[in-house]
Formats: sequence, C-alpha cells, structure tokens
Amino acid sequence: MRRSLRTAAVATAAAAALLMTGCSAGTSHDSGDTNQKVNLTYWAWAPNLDKVVDIWNKSHPNIHVTVNKQDGGDPAVTKLLTAIKAGSGAPDLMQVEYQKLPTLVAADALADLSKTDAVKTKSHFSDGVWSSVTLGGDALYAIPQDTGPMMFFYRADVFDKLGLSVPSTWDEYAADARAIHEADPSVYLGTFSSNDAGWFTGLSQQAGASWWGIDGDAWSVDIDKAPTQKVAKYWGGLVQEGVINNKPMYTPEWNTALNTGKEVGWLSAVWAPGVLSGNAGDTAGKWKVAPMPQWDASNPATGNWGGSSTGVTSQSKHVDAAVKFATWLNTDPEAVKALVTTAGIYPADNAAAKQALSKAPDFFSNQPDFYDVAAKVAKTVNPFTYGPNVNVAYSAYNDDFAKAAQSKQQSAFLDAVTQMQKTTTADLKKSGFTVK
Amino acid sequence: MSATTTEVTPGTGRGAASAQKMKRERPKDSAMHEKPSIVSSGILILGAIYCLFPVLWVIMASTKDGSELFSTLTLAPSTHLWSNIVELTQYRDGLFWRWMLNTALYAGVGAIVSTWVSALSGYVLAKFDFPGKGTVFKILLMGVLVPGVILAIPQYFLFAQVGLTNTYWSVLLPQIISPYGIYLARIYAAAAVPNDVIEAARTEGAREMYIFNRIAMPMMAPGLVTIFLFQFVAVWNNFMLPYIMLGNDHLFPITVGLNGLLNQGASAPAMYTLVITGALLSIIPLVILFLVLQRYWRVDLAAGAVKA
Repeated sequence: MRRSLRTAAVATAAAAALLMTGCSAGTSHDSGDTNQKVNLTYWAWAPNLDKVVDIWNKSHPNIHVTVNKQDGGDPAVTKLLTAIKAGSGAPDLMQVEYQKLPTLVAADALADLSKTDAVKTKSHFSDGVWSSVTLGGDALYAIPQDTGPMMFFYRADVFDKLGLSVPSTWDEYAADARAIHEADPSVYLGTFSSNDAGWFTGLSQQAGASWWGIDGDAWSVDIDKAPTQKVAKYWGGLVQEGVINNKPMYTPEWNTALNTGKEVGWLSAVWAPGVLSGNAGDTAGKWKVAPMPQWDASNPATGNWGGSSTGVTSQSKHVDAAVKFATWLNTDPEAVKALVTTAGIYPADNAAAKQALSKAPDFFSNQPDFYDVAAKVAKTVNPFTYGPNVNVAYSAYNDDFAKAAQSKQQSAFLDAVTQMQKTTTADLKKSGFTVK
Repeated sequence: MSATTTEVTPGTGRGAASAQKMKRERPKDSAMHEKPSIVSSGILILGAIYCLFPVLWVIMASTKDGSELFSTLTLAPSTHLWSNIVELTQYRDGLFWRWMLNTALYAGVGAIVSTWVSALSGYVLAKFDFPGKGTVFKILLMGVLVPGVILAIPQYFLFAQVGLTNTYWSVLLPQIISPYGIYLARIYAAAAVPNDVIEAARTEGAREMYIFNRIAMPMMAPGLVTIFLFQFVAVWNNFMLPYIMLGNDHLFPITVGLNGLLNQGASAPAMYTLVITGALLSIIPLVILFLVLQRYWRVDLAAGAVKA
C-alpha cells in the first residue's frame, strides 16, 4: 500500500525529468556554415526595434533574429550578468549602453569582435565613439548604435514672453533661471535630478571630467576633481537659492510640470523629442533646441547622455552571424533610416545619419534645423572614460545626491561628490582591481 | 462533508466531533442576532475604504488619456477607457493579451498542480507514520518562514544548469511546491479525514492512491479551495521569480510585462496610461475568481478556526 504511493512519487519525478529534458534538448549546435539557418536572440529596449529587425528577417532568411524587449538600461545588464554567471540563458546580441561596456567586459560577458568583420565598420563612426567600444585597446566589444549628445531644450514662447535670450553660458542660464522663477514662483527653468546619474555624468563630461582612468593595469577614480566639483557647486548653488527645482525627472510630477508649463526647460540629449511628445504632448511646437550653456563660450563642449551599442555575448554560438546582423543594423542606410524613423534614436553612423535625419522630429516641426544643431553639437562631445563599476558610482550618485537635493545646501552637493569618490574607489578595490 | 463523517464514524475522531460541536453552537453565536456596534462597523467601513480607494483610483485613472492623467482632478472620470484598452491591445500586436494568457497559465496550472501536491503531501504527513516524519515536518515549517523571493536567484542558477531558464517551466516548476500549502493541507487532512474511514477503505481492499484521490481529497475539498486560492493569487501577483527567470517577453506574466512598460530607459517616456489600464484589466479575473469561490473559502475559514 505504501509502495504504491512511493511509486507514484517516483513516477511524478521521472515525468518531470522527462519534461525537462524534452524541453531543453535541441538548443545548441552548429556554427560557421552560412547556409545553415541560424536563430539569434537579441536583448534590447529601444522602442520598436523589433520593427527594424523585421526588415532584416525579411531579406535574410538564413539568419533569423528575435528581439526580446528588456527593461531599459540597468535591469537588462543585471540580467545578462546573472545569465553569464549561471553559464546559460544569455542572448546572442545585447543592446549595451557605452557606460556599461567596461562592466560587461570585466565580467567576460562580451565576445571580442576584433577578429571578425566588425572591425570594418570603423570608418562609419567618429573616433570618440569608436574608442568607447574598443575601450582604448586592441579589442572590439560592440558596434556603436546611437549617441546622445546633450543639448538645451526650452520653451521658446516663455522665453519670448519674458524677453529672455537663450543662455550661451552657465552664468546666463542661472540668470534666466532667476528671471523665470521671479516672474512666476511656481515655474522653474529646470530641475536637479538626483535620480539620473547619466544626466549628471553628461554635465560633468561637458565640464571636462573623466571619472575613471586606466594606466596599464591600474584604474584610477577621478570623480572628486575640479570639473565635477565645479558642476556640483553650480547646481548646489542654484538649488540652495531656490531658483532651480530639486525634484527628480521621469516622475509623474515631472511629466505634469512639463506638460503644464511649470518647467520650461530641460537639459537633455538629442532623443528628447521622443520623451517630450510622450509626457508633454500639449506643448508640441512650443519648444526649441539650442547647444548647451557653456563654461567657456570660446571653446564649446558637451557631454553624452545615453547612447548605446550592439554587443555579441560570450555565450553566443553564432558570433559571425551576429556580427553580420549588428553591422547591418548600425551601418546599412536602410536600417539606420528605420532606426531613426521607427525607433527614434540618433544614429552613431555619421554618413547614414546625415541621410536619414533630413527632417526635424514632429514635436519640433517649428524648428526645421533641429538635426543641424544636433550635428554641430555632436562634434563637440568631450572624451570620457567609464570604469568597470559604473553601476556602483551611479547608485552612489542616487543615494548621496538624493540627500543633497533634499537638504538644498550647496555644501551637501560637494560632500556628495566626495562620498561618490569614496564609495566608487572602495568598491573597485574590493572587487580586486588595481587602483592607483 | 460533515454529513459523511458523522454517518461513518459516529462521535469518534476529534475533527468530526468539533465540527459537529461547531455546527450546533453556530446559530447561538451568530452575529446576525446582535445589534451591529457603531464602532466596529465604523472601523470596518474605514478599512474597506482604505482597501478600495486605490482600486477606485485605478478605475478613474484608466479612463483618462495621457495628458489628463496627471493634470485633471484625481477622481474625476474621463471618457478614454475604451481607447486606452484599444491602445493597450495594439501595443506591439496584442502582447498584453499574451501576458494575460501567460499569467492565467502560470496561475491556473501552477495552482491546480500545487494544490494536488500539497494535498498529497499534507495527507501523507497527517495520516502515515514513517521514520523522519517529524524532521520533514520541521523542515517544512522552516520553509514556511522563508520568503519565496529569497529563493528566486538560487533557483535561477539551478535552472540554468539544466538549461531551463527562459521557459514556461522555469516559472511553473518552482511554484508547485508550497510549504504553506502543505502545512495547511496537513492540518486539514488531520481534522477532516477520520482514520476509521481510511481503515475501512483499506479493509475493502482499496489502494492507497485510490483512497487519497477518491475518499480523502473530496473530504478535504473546502481546505483545498483555500490552498488553491492562496496559490492562485500568489502566482498571479508573483513578480520576482518570472522577472529573474524570463528574458523573452512573450513568456512574461502580466506583472513583469507591465513593469517593463514603466522602464523604457531614459530616451522614452514611461507608458503610465497603458500600465494603469493594464492593471485594471489584470485584476478582473481575480475578482471573478473570488466571487465564485468565496463561499467555499468562508466555510473553510470557520472550520479551520475551530479545528486547528
């Protein structure tokens, strides 16, 4: 009697095991042979990227690519790192933001493409962009996809009404912020967002910061240096004065403020029209774009916010096929055009971008030279080196600057920079890197 | 259920006895004859408002379009519910409904299998003596105390070894064993299935599996409904496990899918209206399920209170 129960249990377990093997079989084999049908998975989060990939699938029956849409940015990277550690489950291709490349390279998550045809794409990209996918060495870890040069977006109607001119320096930006806030105390020219580390990184990059450095095998962390201190001091001052808001971006509150004209400016990147049309639809046609306010007007510079590349993971069994696809996606004129029109990104491929970006985005139909401004700005991006623990520095930014923004004290902003430096350096040492 | 018990085993078995006792006492204690106290009703009404207000908010918010969502009065309804649903349905060719079906699969199949496994394990723990039984039960009790979230990452690594991550199995299998369900089933089996019935069935020559499936399970039915509902709701709302296990968004349940709509990266706005509408649609099946199974649950809660 007991035995029958036990046999039932064994049978259940066996059945489960069968189901498992039945399910896992047939995942791995093949490589090289171009005539064999290959299936690639691609983790990405750029909107409508699957539509762009459909074009590829139609014309390339032997290499079928499936897009698995991921949560934007960090979550996808965390997931990929987990899959790499676990030894299976990673996709073939991965959308990687430039600042995450060192992290993924340090975890052996990306295949080195320097021995493949991917190197032939070099001529399509500017040197600055190319160095961010080679990390300055001989290896090649991804093919650049898009960039996010930072620009200043503002409500032209509000500026006109108050008789303000577009700020070309940060001093003028501060003066405009004061004038706007004085005219109506519920209105701000912008906000200091303690949620968006990438935004602050871009601002620091503009000021000449490069938060990491590599010398041989030794890393250095240079967050708490003059350029970043200058930026933190500037924003801390404006927040303490109360002429700039201290609430984070990308919240419902922020969306409302943009849509209802309580925030009349945004220091953002070239992809901003996509965001504004989504959260501030009522203000279409009232915005304009200008280059960033400058620290040194005679030597214009900007930083990057966002921008990503296409990498091939170290678990991929079809590196050549993946490279073929990634090359097409990021350099083929038809693909780049589709990236612009359906995915709404600013392509890194210079020549193809010029062709594809003939018309201003709908939201900026009042400014036909939108992409001319962008192209001019994109040439002034300062160099910047990312280290292997960007995630740690970014979460330190979130923690420390949230407190600083809350306190509205200029000194707290400078303390936050010091704290970021400490946290980042300590983590780098703890992870076993040589730190100068 | 109690009718069968009294018939077969008059007055024996603690479970049956207390069930009878409860039955007799119930009308006397029934709250229906007492005057409702203003204080307690007030507290209950406050509690109900506290729980229902967010639901009301979701209903109202799902009728607004993107520009109204954060600008018009919070509870003022608008007229865009249908267009929101249409937009949600159109999102990447109806992916939302795929997520709904996935969730129904994870929660439905997962909860049924898990209930059966719990019933079987609980029944064995309650009615059989075997070496190590106490240890097994103690481990089980510890399992009740460990939140499932903690297990998600170890489970991911285990599944990765057999290449099962990013499949339906990776979400279904871990949710089949529920220590709490087994614990409840054990208590319920001890109380609701009299030993004499099992003995009688054995004397008649019934096999153990037959006794369990045909005699014990029906007796445990109200308790199993509870376990089923617990598991169903737990799986329906589960986020962490599928979030970690799945990379392919065609396998996502509704929770992970909707979360993804909020995390579009810096260069795209979060789709608040779609997420709110999706949240509203996703609770409808749960509400229906509760309304249908409610009475079983009530019977069981009363019984459990006396017997446990």
